Amino acid sequence: MASLDRTARAFLLSELVAGFALTLKYMFKPKVTVNYPYEKGPLGPRFRGEHALRRYPNGEERCIACKLCEAICPAQAITIEAEPRDDGSRRTTRYDIDMTKCIYCGFCQEACPVDAIVEGPNFEFSTETREELMYNKDKLLANGDRWEPVIAANLQADALYR
Amino acid sequence: MIADLIHFFTTNWLGQGIVILAQCLAVTVPLLVAVAYMTYVDRKVWASIQLRRGPNVVGPFGLLQPFADGLKLVLKETIIPSSANGVLFIIAPMIAFMTALVAWAVVPFDDGWVIADINVGILYLFAISSLGVYGIIIAGWASNSKYAFLGALRSAAQMVSYEVSIGFVLITVLLCVGSLNLSKVVLAQSGWFWNWFWLPLLPMFVIFFVSALAETNRTPFDLPMSEAELVAGFHTEYSSMTFGLFFLGEYANMILLSALGAVLFLGGWMSPVPYAPFTWIPGVVWFALKIAFLLFVFSWTKGTLPRYRYDQLMRLGWKVFLPVSLAWVAITAAVLQFGGWLPKP
Repeated sequence: MASLDRTARAFLLSELVAGFALTLKYMFKPKVTVNYPYEKGPLGPRFRGEHALRRYPNGEERCIACKLCEAICPAQAITIEAEPRDDGSRRTTRYDIDMTKCIYCGFCQEACPVDAIVEGPNFEFSTETREELMYNKDKLLANGDRWEPVIAANLQADALYR
Repeated sequence: MIADLIHFFTTNWLGQGIVILAQCLAVTVPLLVAVAYMTYVDRKVWASIQLRRGPNVVGPFGLLQPFADGLKLVLKETIIPSSANGVLFIIAPMIAFMTALVAWAVVPFDDGWVIADINVGILYLFAISSLGVYGIIIAGWASNSKYAFLGALRSAAQMVSYEVSIGFVLITVLLCVGSLNLSKVVLAQSGWFWNWFWLPLLPMFVIFFVSALAETNRTPFDLPMSEAELVAGFHTEYSSMTFGLFFLGEYANMILLSALGAVLFLGGWMSPVPYAPFTWIPGVVWFALKIAFLLFVFSWTKGTLPRYRYDQLMRLGWKVFLPVSLAWVAITAAVLQFGGWLPKP
């Protein structure tokens, strides 16, 4: 009986028919594609995207040139030069990140004692030349100004788990 | 005046030449547009089966995608490998493309809508589709590349094997029709859609369709171009429009075999219900719909089935399809003979 059953299945192509029915069913299911440039997927508050240097609400830059981020950076993408400012506070004169070296590990923001360097939610910063990816302090501070509302909200959302 | 024109187009050699040229254009231009959109439909169908969207950026719903692809192919550089046999390398895609187009001469699109209403239509189709193998073999040999050569060998062996069973399928249909003329084949299927040969000859229809898949090198029989092992098979070394011709030829062949399937088993230009509102729709439309349905099944198959192993392919061709189709020829012949249904000559 079993062999008859098997033969019948083979000749009636039952497995093929079942497979075709399955793919036909899938054809009419809703698509799972996120239509990227027009639709975007959700990002978690810990998302590690483009770097930014933040400021205090009064406009003073947070970074105190402790160089912990430069020290911990496994890709050695960060270069910092610092000297005391006229008012005696210690600030960076140069803060460069080579985004082509960066591996987006997030160690810099973990190391930062004043939450100055952070990785923001922006991941759409591709460029047409390599040179544009050598970020300097101006670019990083501009990023900070641009993304501050989102970065602050993300830090607050994640504060409970730190 | 009009009588003069009719006289010119029916008797003068120049007039007849113009008429034939116009007929050829009337077939090939829509065919090439159909080929372009077949690539689009293919990609959309596979995408939907995999829950993706498919091309949707170029033009509304991605409808201009085939033209973007075609333009890209045309603008690319034609590379002829230095170790290749230049002349044959160029001729091979032309053969592949031409044989795919030439076959359309005998396909009836509607009652009397045939370029060449010859009495050996099926034999002609069969012969031309066999010639298509030459394009592939020459391409594989002229490329002077191991991948192309292996792909061409596989392709040739595969097409030859499955042509045998297609031959037997054609013979069963011929037995039921009593003519090799494709228009007569369609006329023999007049009536309701269950009078079409797909139902009385159902196993043969299945065998025909599967052989058509093998004949056009489509999944699950796309071994000649199996990417994982042979790069792209016989057209590995081809680029630009030389590759484009293979691609067009392959799709034109697919459409041709779908048309053949529609003529032999789905009643050609007949409407499924032989009564009023359905018969008002022109036969060409019904024919196109049937071809479109078969082409959809082609894409659907590609979205469903994995690739066969080469020995499985050969086993299926020679040890399953050949005996089954041979037996079915004998059974059909016996039933026609002893049931008294043999077509009158």
